[in-house]
Amino acid sequence: MIYFDNAATSFPKPKETIEHLNMFVNEIGGNPGRSGHSLSVDAARIMFEAREKLTEFINGDDSERLIFTQNGTESLNLAILGLLKDGDHVVTTSLEHNSVMRPLMFLMKERGVELSIIHCDPSGCLDMDEMARMIRKDTRAVIINHGSNVIGSIQPISEIKRAIGDVMIIVDACQTIGTIPIDIKTDNIDIICFSCHKSLFAVQGLGALYIRTGIDPTPLKFGGTGSKSESVEHPDFLPDRYECGTPNTPGIASLLGGLTFIENEGLTNISSKKRAVREKLVRGLSDIDGITVYGDIPGNIYVPVISFNVGGRLPSEVGYALNQQQIYVRVGLQCSPMAHKTIGTFPEGTVRVSPGYFTTNEEIDIFLEALKNIARQ
Amino acid sequence: MPDNKYSIILFYTIHDVLRAEKILKQHRIPHELVPVPRNLSSDCGMCVKLQDDIEKTLPLLNKIEMAGCYDAEGKHIH
Repeated sequence: MIYFDNAATSFPKPKETIEHLNMFVNEIGGNPGRSGHSLSVDAARIMFEAREKLTEFINGDDSERLIFTQNGTESLNLAILGLLKDGDHVVTTSLEHNSVMRPLMFLMKERGVELSIIHCDPSGCLDMDEMARMIRKDTRAVIINHGSNVIGSIQPISEIKRAIGDVMIIVDACQTIGTIPIDIKTDNIDIICFSCHKSLFAVQGLGALYIRTGIDPTPLKFGGTGSKSESVEHPDFLPDRYECGTPNTPGIASLLGGLTFIENEGLTNISSKKRAVREKLVRGLSDIDGITVYGDIPGNIYVPVISFNVGGRLPSEVGYALNQQQIYVRVGLQCSPMAHKTIGTFPEGTVRVSPGYFTTNEEIDIFLEALKNIARQ
Repeated sequence: MPDNKYSIILFYTIHDVLRAEKILKQHRIPHELVPVPRNLSSDCGMCVKLQDDIEKTLPLLNKIEMAGCYDAEGKHIH
């Protein structure tokens, strides 16, 4: 079995993830912050520790501004729906995932939000002058896909921030966090949204966002927080303002395991290994007759997400043939129709391969051999 | 320390209770997490019970917003 769908969710997970998950489910199991007993407090301690570690991981100042959500989509929805008001103008790019595009489309219809989309070139590059020109007096935010889930291109956040001045930047870091270093201070990121089950190695069902001091989106959800229980009013203080109902504490425990693994391996080491894996795959794919790799510029830095097509074959046929050999990839539009229009592969889409930290050279060789056979048929 | 010489510090969130716990542990200051006494608040969460000189300890916690600080008799002291 070869799993090349790590951009959807990472698999396998490191043993630290499983150990922390097991420890929580078998030995703690309480509802955090909900009762005075030891199991509830121990659950809250796990959550606290994970929150502190993740805040430190992105160089945030204040862990109460790190909010846990169900997934990257919920994080983006909280930022977008919670901040954009009637008549606001917002700028985004043609590489965005539907977790950005769909809430924005909703706001255009429901709140009269005005949307400007900057069209990237087919290799995912943004024109910074165009970005600067898009900014108006009423521009409330710029929303940027940090690493493309279709072609793996990475946007230069600091450069974009320089081009847009004081306008708030919301970064979708689902494909970059845990793969390349992110420092929200150096990059001047106002809000960073991401999932925790991809390169942070938590189990599925966990995302997070960090909101810079001074920005206070309206919550998406209201309810029980275990705090201020005498009041029927939802609390204003963090993190409770954005976290209500029972959280995914097992998932948060698994995140603590994932972050421990990353710390032990070293993010620099993880980054360079993933880069080497991508380069080997791209080289191998480009050498096969009839295969087109999209958006790759030699020398540029990418996340390990590669889109390609086999001449004359639909992506779904290629995916089916690979699946029969127990090689698991993702085919189609990857929830990003605009990105496929950008690279010229709409509506059929592409075959997307996303290796992970545990990918071996042998797996890449088997995969390339399988593709050579498919391309020949 | 006699049992009637303690203070209770209330915070708004369990997150802040645990931030306080982390700091108190770092400074090896004796403390306990206990359920919020009903006479102080109707909240159902946890608070910090401090068996040390509260005036010396409070400056260590000055970055955390407190909901109140009480002596063993339930008198509001901060």
